Amino acid sequence: MIYNFPYIAVVGLIIIGLYAVVFRRNLIKIVIGITLIESGVNLFLITLAFREDSIAPIFTGISEQTADKAPEIMSLPVPHALTLTSIVIGVAVLALMLSFIIHIYRHYKTLDARKLGGDDQ
Amino acid sequence: MMEIIEQILNTLDTGSGFWNPLVWGTIILIAFIIGYTIRSFGKIGYKKGTEQTKPFLSGNIEGDKEKSHIKASNLYWGFTESLKGVYSSLTKIHNGNINDYILWFIVIMGIFFIVLVGVF
Amino acid sequence: MMDYLLTHAPALIIAVPLLGAFLTPLISRINDKLRNIFVILTLGLTTFLVFLLANDVFTNGIRTYVFGHAGDITLPIVRILFEIDGLNAFMAIIGCLLPLIAVIYSWSFIKENTGLDKYYTLILLMTAGMLGMMLTGDMFNFFVFLEITSISSAALVAFWTNKGKASVAAFKYIVISAIGALFVLFAVAILYGQYNALNMAVLANNMSYSFLDKIALVLLIAALAMKSGIVPMHMWLPDAYGRAPSSISIILIGTTQASLYGVLRVCFTLYGSNLTTQINQIGELLISPAVLIAILLIVLALATILVGVLMALKQTDLKRMIGYAAVAEIGFMVLAIGAAISTFQTNAQTGITTMSTTGMVALKGGIFHIINDALDIGLLFLVAGAIYYATKETSLNKLGGLARNMKYTTVLFLIGLFAVSGMPPMNGFASKLLIYESTYQINPILSIVAILSSILLLAVFVKVFHSVFLGPQQSSFKKVKEVPISMLIAMGAIACIIIIFGIFPDLILTNIVNPAAQALASNTPYITSVLGGI
Repeated sequence: MIYNFPYIAVVGLIIIGLYAVVFRRNLIKIVIGITLIESGVNLFLITLAFREDSIAPIFTGISEQTADKAPEIMSLPVPHALTLTSIVIGVAVLALMLSFIIHIYRHYKTLDARKLGGDDQ
Repeated sequence: MMEIIEQILNTLDTGSGFWNPLVWGTIILIAFIIGYTIRSFGKIGYKKGTEQTKPFLSGNIEGDKEKSHIKASNLYWGFTESLKGVYSSLTKIHNGNINDYILWFIVIMGIFFIVLVGVF
Repeated sequence: MMDYLLTHAPALIIAVPLLGAFLTPLISRINDKLRNIFVILTLGLTTFLVFLLANDVFTNGIRTYVFGHAGDITLPIVRILFEIDGLNAFMAIIGCLLPLIAVIYSWSFIKENTGLDKYYTLILLMTAGMLGMMLTGDMFNFFVFLEITSISSAALVAFWTNKGKASVAAFKYIVISAIGALFVLFAVAILYGQYNALNMAVLANNMSYSFLDKIALVLLIAALAMKSGIVPMHMWLPDAYGRAPSSISIILIGTTQASLYGVLRVCFTLYGSNLTTQINQIGELLISPAVLIAILLIVLALATILVGVLMALKQTDLKRMIGYAAVAEIGFMVLAIGAAISTFQTNAQTGITTMSTTGMVALKGGIFHIINDALDIGLLFLVAGAIYYATKETSLNKLGGLARNMKYTTVLFLIGLFAVSGMPPMNGFASKLLIYESTYQINPILSIVAILSSILLLAVFVKVFHSVFLGPQQSSFKKVKEVPISMLIAMGAIACIIIIFGIFPDLILTNIVNPAAQALASNTPYITSVLGGI
């Protein structure tokens, strides 16, 4: 049961992130909501790699006694690579969103999402 | 070479009809030529620069030519006026608010979820 | 030499724009014209490689390419795989033509702006991302290229930062893209956790349509549908298309169609025959999931067509209006695809999945409409950019009488008008005829709505033609000249392709569209060319 706890945390993070994006008017809070969703998805990816009593998937880290049982107690390495890629992409998207917010503030002097945009501007 | 020419002249076959633009073009061209020859049998008396070329507005004075151009928001006034109910609700939905964009996404994902996965 | 290029073409198609993107800032320090020529040559080389690869795939069948491993594919598959069948080659043709036209157009359109080295770098990055999204055979790789494309295109949408409007549109675009891509990643993670594979062919082989797979299907379709502009998630599309520079709007069309390609790939190849053999039970009704997805897609497509056309009729800003027309055109494509999915059946004895003839005609019409729509709406955006370049006005209320000064632009706009509204003999008519005739046999209402909306689209663009080009000479536009020749060459090239596609539709249909439609009808060739008959 305790191994299901990360999955509950993932769902909680995503729901809180979606709440922040849908119901908050300040642009920076929307960006924080997107970051929360991204943290939730990264946590989900990492949780998929877990095996009970496992060690890091690096071949030089095995001690002498367990060398013959090596493949069974390493956690999966592929989701670790996927999560690193996703974190880097998240950093780039976050930097881009914040620089757009700087430009918007310079021209509109407000960060309220309801005052930005309309059909005929 | 012959098969390329034959391939070019193929007709597009939908399940229940066909469409060949070269045949269509030929027919339109022939119809245009027939119409033009019939038109050229008409009267030729047309003097340029006299009263025959000025527009006739039932005796009113013609206004400024530049202002007689109908602007874009006034075209189709009848259409937009008769569909005013639809347009008012459509314009209210497209309010440019980023929160509403994501809210629609969540609603559609929920509908897909209920229909496809079948969990209520 | 040609054999080498052909064997390594999938990798070179991604590598050449990427390398060009990294070299462009260096070259632009030397000279500006040299940089423009370098970018055009890079994209020209990419187009040549794509045509070489497409020719090989259309005649010889599916090609696979494993990164970093020479020789055959060995199981288990842990490397990234590019698998190119008819549909991938078809989309790659669109993905390499549009940036080439845009860069030729930008030679004089964007010349007086600063920051042009970043502009060309981002265009090359966007091309690499878009082509990667269209060629890959691996789900996580698709997500990475999706993010590369959305980041570089969001930066380009905000190119004109001197006013505030473009930054707002770019912010909305990046929020939508980020959330859509995160949900795609979530679905990919669910699929990985179940099957321990990221490769599309391996996933399609082992797919068992359990409860978690259904969740992944819902997430993938909803997120990719949001990225391709289906109502009611379409509202970012007029903002982003309308406030970006015109040469960027034409490449953005390619990226939204790449997301539509993602929906096709997920529905037809990844889930394939599972959609027809596993039966859902709703109440006392036994329906296959294919019919359910088809009903959902058709309802959304009808809403897309109607909302797109009705909102386009009321706009007064030219590029926003073309953006709404683009939304309506995507509705046509999804209508045809939904109609094709609804005829998906599996023969119980032989286990072969087929579509009926009507379904195949609808699918061909939908896929043909993808390339037609890219060309037509692209030409309209380029003409709108030409009008903005000549008069510095975008509002339709202030323009008038431009046909006296800009003769070539008027003729090109006429060609675009006839093509978008589906008038013969342009290419729009050929694909729309296929869609009308096949959807009529599924339900007459679909065809009636489609035909009415085409007529309304004609009304929308006749309004534009009257208020921009016809009418008396306005005094503020006396000094307007024709646009420079590089913009005319770009627009003329697209107009020539439109006319050629219109006069010889059957040639294009049998050689280019037919392999793409056959590739979607059954996912068995896709799986066996990777797994080798296992």
